[in-house]
Amino acid sequence: MSQRGSIVPFAGWRRPRLLGDSPWRAAFRSVGDRVVRIAEEVVGQDIDARIAGIRTHPNEVGHDPFGFDPETSRYALAMAGLLHRRYFRTQVFGIERIPEGRVLLIANHSGQLPIDAVLIASALMLDANPPRFPRSMVETWTAQLPFISTLYPRLGQVVGSPENARRLLNQEESLIVFPEGAKGISKTFDQRYQLTDFGLGFLRLALEANTPIVPVAVIGGEEQYPSIADFKPLAKLLRMPAFPVMPQMLFGMVAPLPTKYRLYFGEPFRFVGDPDDDDSAIEEQVWLVKSTIQSMVNRGLRERKGVFI
Amino acid sequence: MPDPQPTHQTKPSARRGREPVEARPAARASVTRGVFGDANPISEKLTRTSGVRPKPATEGAVLVTGICGRLGKLLARELHRSDSVVGVDRRPFAGRPKDIVHHQVDMRRKKMKDIFRGRNIRAVVHVGVLHDPRRSDRERHSWNIVAFQKLLEYMAQYEVPKLIVLSGANVYGPQPSNPQFLTEDAPLLGAQHFGGMRDLVELDMLAQSFFWKHPSTETVVLRPCHIVGRVRNAASNYLRLDRPVMIMGFDPMMQLVHEKDVVRAIQLALRPVVSGIYNIRGSGEMPLSHLVRKAGGRPRVLPSPLARLAIDQLWRLRLSNFPSQELDHLRYVCMVDDARAREELGYEPTYSIDRALRDLRRVRYTL
Repeated sequence: MSQRGSIVPFAGWRRPRLLGDSPWRAAFRSVGDRVVRIAEEVVGQDIDARIAGIRTHPNEVGHDPFGFDPETSRYALAMAGLLHRRYFRTQVFGIERIPEGRVLLIANHSGQLPIDAVLIASALMLDANPPRFPRSMVETWTAQLPFISTLYPRLGQVVGSPENARRLLNQEESLIVFPEGAKGISKTFDQRYQLTDFGLGFLRLALEANTPIVPVAVIGGEEQYPSIADFKPLAKLLRMPAFPVMPQMLFGMVAPLPTKYRLYFGEPFRFVGDPDDDDSAIEEQVWLVKSTIQSMVNRGLRERKGVFI
Repeated sequence: MPDPQPTHQTKPSARRGREPVEARPAARASVTRGVFGDANPISEKLTRTSGVRPKPATEGAVLVTGICGRLGKLLARELHRSDSVVGVDRRPFAGRPKDIVHHQVDMRRKKMKDIFRGRNIRAVVHVGVLHDPRRSDRERHSWNIVAFQKLLEYMAQYEVPKLIVLSGANVYGPQPSNPQFLTEDAPLLGAQHFGGMRDLVELDMLAQSFFWKHPSTETVVLRPCHIVGRVRNAASNYLRLDRPVMIMGFDPMMQLVHEKDVVRAIQLALRPVVSGIYNIRGSGEMPLSHLVRKAGGRPRVLPSPLARLAIDQLWRLRLSNFPSQELDHLRYVCMVDDARAREELGYEPTYSIDRALRDLRRVRYTL
């Protein structure tokens, strides 16, 4: 009944297969290629050339040890490019301030879904010259989610642990870090654009790896999914960091509101000091970074004419 | 360069075909000369081989526990060329090279002490760890821990200068919060979700405490990632399947190491002065789905709860020997950083993933 070497009954049954690729994969590829072509027209840039232009560190068998997959990333970059240029019409300021080599990009986090990370990443890939490969540090929690846990590593995202960050910085890569973490992204609407407490880890890391810190202010994220409350019991039940209550979902609007995003890249900080210093000493420098980002956010808010324009 | 090869090949065959009568006596003559006539070639040969064979660096034999396992045999075949090897196992050693002394004893018995008393042992390589998930917890514990404690006791008593323990990267355990590459300082959380791993973690800890308690003994703990090849362990057997189960939505990066690379790491660890804990990694890491396809399997993708349910049931019906807790390996990363082994041990993986998977497929696995 069961075929040799399978632990599942009915293993002998084989679905008729097309030669070569499976039909699902072939269909996925043809749709993906079409998206890439549309995106290339809209963005006006060669997406494959952009991906080919980044520097990665493949291992002995040609794979990125952290799981980055150019094939998947090309579709993702096409989608992100469409969001970046068309949907959110992002304006990018001061991207030329990002120094060569290793760098930590520290940004404010907002908007329930990490679209701010997507847009910073697409700015680095599409607007920076030469393109910079962005790695962002994601919540450990996402590694437990099916599909997400496959998708994130393939796009070059890494579970946020100091060991990973240290390894990547030593490879001269650029890291996007949101020191506010889950607290920042699940802010309710009344607390919009008010930075919550920053973790100290990123600064110790920067001191240890001798890495410049680029402050990034993201404007426009807070209005994409206005949340009126955090439903904590349900979050606990679903083992999620937060469960935002979003009125637009009640009206069946699953997509984020098409707010206009503005990304401000600041002058890089170069701190020197002992990474194992007291919290109080580190906190001072963290406060400097945080207040810089806050003032950049405030200036950006003053400058903008409206949420959607 | 290619010219002499064919002529050399055709020459003897042609001669054999044409004049077999003449070829035979010549061959016989050479044999008889060797055995009876003049004793010179044989004695010369003997002295030559004994002269070529390198003397062991330190006097004494290497004791290998669990020598009758596949890895143990492989290790014994490599080691006996340069060292005298003593094997200990419950099982008989079929096809044993003549110069290996094998004691078919249970490591928990008194006889074990006689082996230590009887001869000078310069190193102990502990490979005999029982992993079979079908054995009862009690038997596994008694075999793995009680026997290992006895071994450590004798080692301390007879002042054996070297101990090598083959632990595994599984002691770290697959966790969602794992960094991509675990260093030797990472906590051993392998038993957190999988009780079957408890013995290996405890073994590792015992070896570590022995390291501190007996500084005169050089203790080496090796933690290789999934060993594949002709060995029969969970990872190899999984990759031998035609339709291995994968968890829907999960595709972690994986490391494999060829069994012969592990043997070489053990040989490197046998050198004097080396001690400490070393992670051992093969050449390169790949997503699980790539590995499965490269190994010739077609993944059967199931959602996690369904896979767990199905594998539990199959386990209960004895249709599969994979405990469902091992499914975590198909979901989360558990990869090691071998920088320390490269620096201090001089270890470098030589076998490629392709080669490892080819060797793996030579052994069949049927349920």
